[in-house]
Amino acid sequence: MNARTKFSVIGKPRRRVDARSKVTGLTRFADDLVLPRMLHAKLLRSPHPHARIDSIDTSRAERHPGVHLVLTGKDFPVSFGIMPVSQDEYPLAPERVRYVGDPLAAVIAKDEQTAAEAVELIEVKYAPLLTIATPEEALAHPEARIHEYGENGNIHRNQAYEFGDVDEALAESDHVFEDLFFFQGNTHLPIEQHASLAAVDGEGKLTLWSSTQVPHYIHRALARALQMPAAHIRVIACPNGGGFGGKCDLHNHEIVVSRAAIRLGRPVKICLTREEVFYMHRGRHPVLMKFRTGVNKDGKITGMHLQTLLDGGGYGSYGPASTFYTGVLQPVTYELPRYKFEACRVFTNKPACGPKRGHGTPQPRFGQEVQLDKIAERLRIDPAVLRLNMVAKPNSLTANWLRIGTIGLAECIREVVRISGWNEKHRKLPEGRGVGIACSAYMSGAGLPIYWNKMPHSGVQLLLDRSGQVTVFCGATEIGQGSDDVLAAIVAEVLGIDAYDVRCMTGDTGLTPIDLGSYSSRVTVMMGNAAIQAAENLREMLAEAAAEHLEVLPDRIVLAQGRAFLADDPGRGIDFRAAVELAETKHGTLGSVGSYTPPRPPARYKGGGVGPSPAYSYTACVVEVEVDPSTGWITVPKVWIAHDIGRSINPVSVRGQVEGSVYMGLGEALMEEQVFRRLPPKLSNALVHRIPSLLEYKSLTSLDMPEVETVLIEDPDPNCPFGAKEVGQGPLLPVMPAVANAVWDAIGVRIDEVPITPDKVLEALEKKAKGENPRVGPEHFPAVPYPEPIFVAPPWEGGDGNAQKPPRRAKEAVTS
Amino acid sequence: MNAVVSVQRNVRMTLRVNGEDFDALFAPYKTLLEVLREDLDLTGTKHGCELGECGACAVLLDGEPVLACLVLAVECEGRSIETVEGLARGSELHPLQSAFADLGGTQCGYCTPGILMTAKALLDREPDPGRERIREAISGNLCRCTGYQQIYESIEEGARRMREQSQ
Repeated sequence: MNARTKFSVIGKPRRRVDARSKVTGLTRFADDLVLPRMLHAKLLRSPHPHARIDSIDTSRAERHPGVHLVLTGKDFPVSFGIMPVSQDEYPLAPERVRYVGDPLAAVIAKDEQTAAEAVELIEVKYAPLLTIATPEEALAHPEARIHEYGENGNIHRNQAYEFGDVDEALAESDHVFEDLFFFQGNTHLPIEQHASLAAVDGEGKLTLWSSTQVPHYIHRALARALQMPAAHIRVIACPNGGGFGGKCDLHNHEIVVSRAAIRLGRPVKICLTREEVFYMHRGRHPVLMKFRTGVNKDGKITGMHLQTLLDGGGYGSYGPASTFYTGVLQPVTYELPRYKFEACRVFTNKPACGPKRGHGTPQPRFGQEVQLDKIAERLRIDPAVLRLNMVAKPNSLTANWLRIGTIGLAECIREVVRISGWNEKHRKLPEGRGVGIACSAYMSGAGLPIYWNKMPHSGVQLLLDRSGQVTVFCGATEIGQGSDDVLAAIVAEVLGIDAYDVRCMTGDTGLTPIDLGSYSSRVTVMMGNAAIQAAENLREMLAEAAAEHLEVLPDRIVLAQGRAFLADDPGRGIDFRAAVELAETKHGTLGSVGSYTPPRPPARYKGGGVGPSPAYSYTACVVEVEVDPSTGWITVPKVWIAHDIGRSINPVSVRGQVEGSVYMGLGEALMEEQVFRRLPPKLSNALVHRIPSLLEYKSLTSLDMPEVETVLIEDPDPNCPFGAKEVGQGPLLPVMPAVANAVWDAIGVRIDEVPITPDKVLEALEKKAKGENPRVGPEHFPAVPYPEPIFVAPPWEGGDGNAQKPPRRAKEAVTS
Repeated sequence: MNAVVSVQRNVRMTLRVNGEDFDALFAPYKTLLEVLREDLDLTGTKHGCELGECGACAVLLDGEPVLACLVLAVECEGRSIETVEGLARGSELHPLQSAFADLGGTQCGYCTPGILMTAKALLDREPDPGRERIREAISGNLCRCTGYQQIYESIEEGARRMREQSQ
């Protein structure tokens, strides 16, 4: 199937199957749902960043007219968390609050207004505890300990890996570059606020409709949180009004409305305010990074030592995975013979961080790509050529034992260089204008699920009947990225029908086979492969039945354009519906299933399960900037980007994903930041979000968004459906460093952190004018007590993928 | 009972939405957004902030784009209100809708109704606006998915289809 090159649906620019519903306003998002006798919930959230709850008095709230139920921590004895290793949250905090916004009580009332009034009547006595505001404070203060678990003190996760003797590699290099970078946290900002509706049906079973990207994970976690059999819970993921990773956790409010609906026997809905969405967060971790990179005169990297420090906020969330992701994908982009990474995540009294588009990898990608720019500058090598000369090799293993398949990066670099006019612009534009280049790689789906099992990652079920209708069931979730369209297109291509003739039933744990959800850019590859398998099974049944009728062998039958006909005599055939009738007569009720499990990763060391993927996508990007030296204002006139997509399923959607990534990347590069401030001491001194509003949390408007020129590189990957790799996350990654590198080309200053705001530009220009190092960025990396690294020899140094004893003697010999 | 706002008696009025008269009974503090979604079941109009920041709730009031979250419903009696539900003629899409659907102007679809209404207001006044006018017109509508480019192209194509229709 993948070897085919002529398609009827795949690769054709098309109206996506759910577009009509969206432009008519008929798409039903979670807050659009209304049920008879529905009640409304509001949460009471902590005004303290860190405090013990001494008492909660709900009596006045309970007496408020129109209130049906008040819930507190005592109604939720079981902790929860999205990962098995981070069960550290309670739906309503029973004893302790850990950030401003931590929910501790809920009111369910006849309407939102009444619930909001009653929330104000709940009286809580808090005993404030020491606030841990920053990672430095977390390292310095093991007490007050925010959680009673973790490595020690306020360190949540702490890990170290070494793939080959990096000290030796650096000692033998012509140059060693040491740089510090900081990537500020930022948030997803989906335009749809999170909403959930829970209801108990006539059989006493619970249904939860929610704006979630991961109905299966929510289903599992909810069953545990409510201590109910999963068979009595149905989670329906409504189409998300944008997700970007922010709807991947089980959230407090989802459990609260579920419990309330069970308790009251009536539907209960909640929709968070925009301010609450900012506080719930689970977005990009702020990460401080230190890179030590060895380079030879020819610009080739000899080894890299990366240290990261993540500000995790008040809970675990996906943090254990995020911590790994600040390191594991570094070796996928360029050849890296030896690599060491140390990563530490600390707890602080702020909203928990988690996965945002690119999950943990944009931060180190920023650092590496800016450092490469500095290396190119010093070695007097063109930064595009430097990168081109060390693109990772296709069908290879990386130093940390990730298997890479196809790589379209070299072609991506050549294309952006060509279309941007790089060679006429770089170091040649007048002062104040500049161009920067950067590249990246990303996974097409995580190789392992978030809970350990060997079952398929995606399942697809197909149903055909004599009317000719085709219904496809899959747990995959439409978050705006177009997963329903991919599903319909793949089924349609295999069965030779129109994509609009396929009905998609998705994201419903009560109806659909399990798919792990819309995260890690996994849907196209995993759901797509399962869909091909299911559709191929049915295609064979249809072809057999049609062949029998036409009195030929089945392998002469082609299904295309809504017909089953002879490949060598297209006039002889029957229409699709007739083929289905014949097949139903021959085989009985027509149905099939398909499953997909990613290939087993070659790494055998503990932790080697984070990073493997069936395929990696690659991107190269050139950004042009204009910097006003009097205001520090950065304008981006144009962005050129080339993405290695493998093959486009629907080029309209693919381009939309690339341009949307550029948009979000520019926001992260120039303005978006999830930052906190202390309230004045006379108020409470509490650590609050500085700008929890869509007006003040700056994001690009249509007036800020530059023109984007997109090129898609199509080199079909054999692991992917029709060769199609991911596109939702990878193209975001190179944008931020390309901006920073363009600023250097424009005005000769280095901003080694994001966002690159005008104040930082002016500060750097001032330093430059005074003859100081024209750089703004972190100056100091704290002493992090990283553990002894797990040592694994790279594949080319005789390793077998297992951890082994580090070659201490060799290292000592070099350093002494 | 301090800190509790006493709920005033509901008001009854007739609202004209998409050319249709609705008798509505609602609390006087409710915004047009709330009345449309909660009392008239017109959930096509979305909300992203309810503070006038995102543009998701844009509707047309007497032909002008307004943010429904900043307008009290009681101010709308006797005025023409247009929402996304009124764009299509029966099952035939408005040219702007079909262009957005064809050209990737909608991804998650959440900002789409507000942008469609804002674009309609522009094209009703200026049938052939340039790219810059389009950028200005929708600068109050935030979209987190598309990067705006396919939205511009959809509005340009929608304008072309509208001009074609009116010929």
